[in-house]
Amino acid sequence: MAQMNMLQAINSALDISMSEHPNACIFGEDVGHFGGVFRATSGLQERYGRHRVFNTPLTEQGILGFANGLAAFGAPTIAEIQFADYIFPAFDQIVNETAKFRYRSGNEFNVGKLTIRTPYGGGIAGGLYHSQSPEAYFAHTPGIKIVVPRNPHQAKGLLRACIEDDNPVLFFEPKRLYRASIGEVPEGDYRIEIGTAEIVKEGKDVTLLAWGAQMEIIEQAAGLAEKEGISCEIIDLRSILPWDRDTLVSSVNKTGRLVISHEAPITNGFGAEIAATIQQHCFLHLESPILRVCGMDTPYPLALEKEYVPDALKVFAAIKQSVTF
Amino acid sequence: MTNPNNVSLNIHHELSFIDGHALNIPTLKILSETGDVYPGATVPNISQDTALRLYRTMRFIRMLDERMQAAQRQGRISFYMQCLGEEAAVTASAAALDDDDMIMAQYREQAALHYRGFRLDQFMNQMFSNELDLGKGRQMPIHYGSNELNYMTISSPLGTQIPQASGHAYGQKLKHIDEKTGELASEIDNVTICYFGEGAASEGDFHAGLNMAAVLKAPVIFFARNNGYAISTPADEQFAGDGIASRGVGYGIKTIRVDGADALAVFAATQAARDICVKTGEPVLIESIAYRLGAHSTSDDPSGYRSKEEEADHQLNCPIARFKKWLVAQNWLDEAQDDAEKETIREQILEAVKVAEKVEKPALESLISDVYDTPIPELSEQYEHLKAHILAHPDAYPTTAGRIK
Ligand SMILES: Cc1ncc(C[n+]2csc(CCOP(=O)(O)OP(=O)(O)O)c2C)c(N)n1
Repeated sequence: MAQMNMLQAINSALDISMSEHPNACIFGEDVGHFGGVFRATSGLQERYGRHRVFNTPLTEQGILGFANGLAAFGAPTIAEIQFADYIFPAFDQIVNETAKFRYRSGNEFNVGKLTIRTPYGGGIAGGLYHSQSPEAYFAHTPGIKIVVPRNPHQAKGLLRACIEDDNPVLFFEPKRLYRASIGEVPEGDYRIEIGTAEIVKEGKDVTLLAWGAQMEIIEQAAGLAEKEGISCEIIDLRSILPWDRDTLVSSVNKTGRLVISHEAPITNGFGAEIAATIQQHCFLHLESPILRVCGMDTPYPLALEKEYVPDALKVFAAIKQSVTF
Repeated sequence: MTNPNNVSLNIHHELSFIDGHALNIPTLKILSETGDVYPGATVPNISQDTALRLYRTMRFIRMLDERMQAAQRQGRISFYMQCLGEEAAVTASAAALDDDDMIMAQYREQAALHYRGFRLDQFMNQMFSNELDLGKGRQMPIHYGSNELNYMTISSPLGTQIPQASGHAYGQKLKHIDEKTGELASEIDNVTICYFGEGAASEGDFHAGLNMAAVLKAPVIFFARNNGYAISTPADEQFAGDGIASRGVGYGIKTIRVDGADALAVFAATQAARDICVKTGEPVLIESIAYRLGAHSTSDDPSGYRSKEEEADHQLNCPIARFKKWLVAQNWLDEAQDDAEKETIREQILEAVKVAEKVEKPALESLISDVYDTPIPELSEQYEHLKAHILAHPDAYPTTAGRIK
């Protein structure tokens, strides 16, 4: 095993995928020789050639339109959108085309070989347009899968699974952790199954659920809670679509309590879907209302970011509220 | 030295602007309205077999369109779109391609699909959304698609197929690129043709798609059907400048404009365009100038936005009649036999309607298949729930209740 940061882990997953599939392509803005603005694709153009790893013009709808066509042709296609904030020009190509290709054609055609990578989330002083977490917009669309890793090990295994999956996948990378998160990552190939949550730590009083960069926050909050004698079960959802209801239901049936935390604004965030489903399936086991600690219903701020974010202290406050209800 | 601005600096010292209409792009025309070849024009290399297949396709589609337009009025299908006036543009371009080239169409290109061999019953099954429809009854009528015939399934949102065609064509080119040099090492086997209207050419996807193809060098033929209208919006309210063709030039794409009612001109241009794609791996833009003789769709009434006189002027210009005159002059077509064939086709179409409308609707399971490669657990659960509900209330869901296993 090697020590890698998340970018290196992603790079390694891409490298393995490119060497495995001779017609796989990686493209997006600045991803070529420069290796992408975050350097996730460093060295890949040198290794696999300009025809397989290349810069595109600055057009997100073009990147996704092109990606849909290339994937429909049958080539493993990895498209990068430079920041998730800029995925909206490609929204139509993703929700109306990528997601519906197979269904609308009766499986005459599909774009299952497509993976869309994009850095998301705050915590980098990026303000409104470099901090958003748009997963919920896409989670409303049947036909795509959505995956968010929390650390380098997860990033590599999940990205490999996304690229090999026979459905189009949106892979949101927590950019705050790109360099900040370092850990043991196998150099060889491995995959982590899409659609499964992971119980990161077992506990008995309350279930804490998050994904991506927010995992770090709920783990800190759990640390604060343990000091007060509250035992937290920590779950990483990992896949937003499809999501692992069974793991969460059995955890909540055990602890009787659930606190969900995500960076995106609370209203209509994916936490709302989870809360609705869990109250349906765990109603008689719930000891207190399901709580959500999320971004506020404002655009992502700059100067007041510290106040805005669902930080560990806010999650800790919710944990206490939940156990003392 | 490469110029980082990628423009040629032709310095001069007088302030002047280039007029938006400075590019006055000519229109290729080979056959006159009377079906004669213009002096100086070159007839493309077209075999008798191809010419007849082309002609028969146009004639068949004209008859199918008429019949299905009527079927819609009788309430037998919900919607229809004819390609009246544009039969030559669509069919002759398809005829100039290899049958294995990919077609990515807008929605008015049924003639290209029929040219490839899509059968009458297949058209009907799609329009009647029955269980034999390749698309499993999920889309409105005329949203055809066939993997076997390399015809990518139609999508309603306009223009989306344009950047997709660039990506698809790039895929076709990939295996012909030399690993070391990154240059094209051999001719490309197959290319992609992408049809769209002049209205769709205003969408962002058009600009994205052309720019991607030009910069990334994808062997795609962009075929703009400039038929004068986007529903009720005339072309002069759609764009300024010299048509769609001038934009091809702006994107650095080899471009040609043709008379879209002239099958020979369209055939010649497309044949040459394919040759460029195959040899250079680069895109080509063809702008076909025709007139949408019919209504936009069965939901449209053109009398609200254009005059009978205008329509009558264009009625005289029938692309099928023009090509037929040429075929007869070549002694390639026997008119009496042609009339007899028409009669048979008319009967076949009537019969096919009757057959297709009796075929059952797609099975209930097709509601949840193909969303993903295999249904996700939520979907299977929702399906079981639905099945139980239908079985509990069979009278409310008569077409499916009896068929649930
Ligand atoms: C994105 C989008 N906007 C609007 C429509 C509705 N619509 C369907 S056809 C059409 C006109 C298209 O005109 P044009 O591209 O010129 O093709 P033509 O119908 O003339 O062949 C419109 C506005 C649509 N299908 N998709």
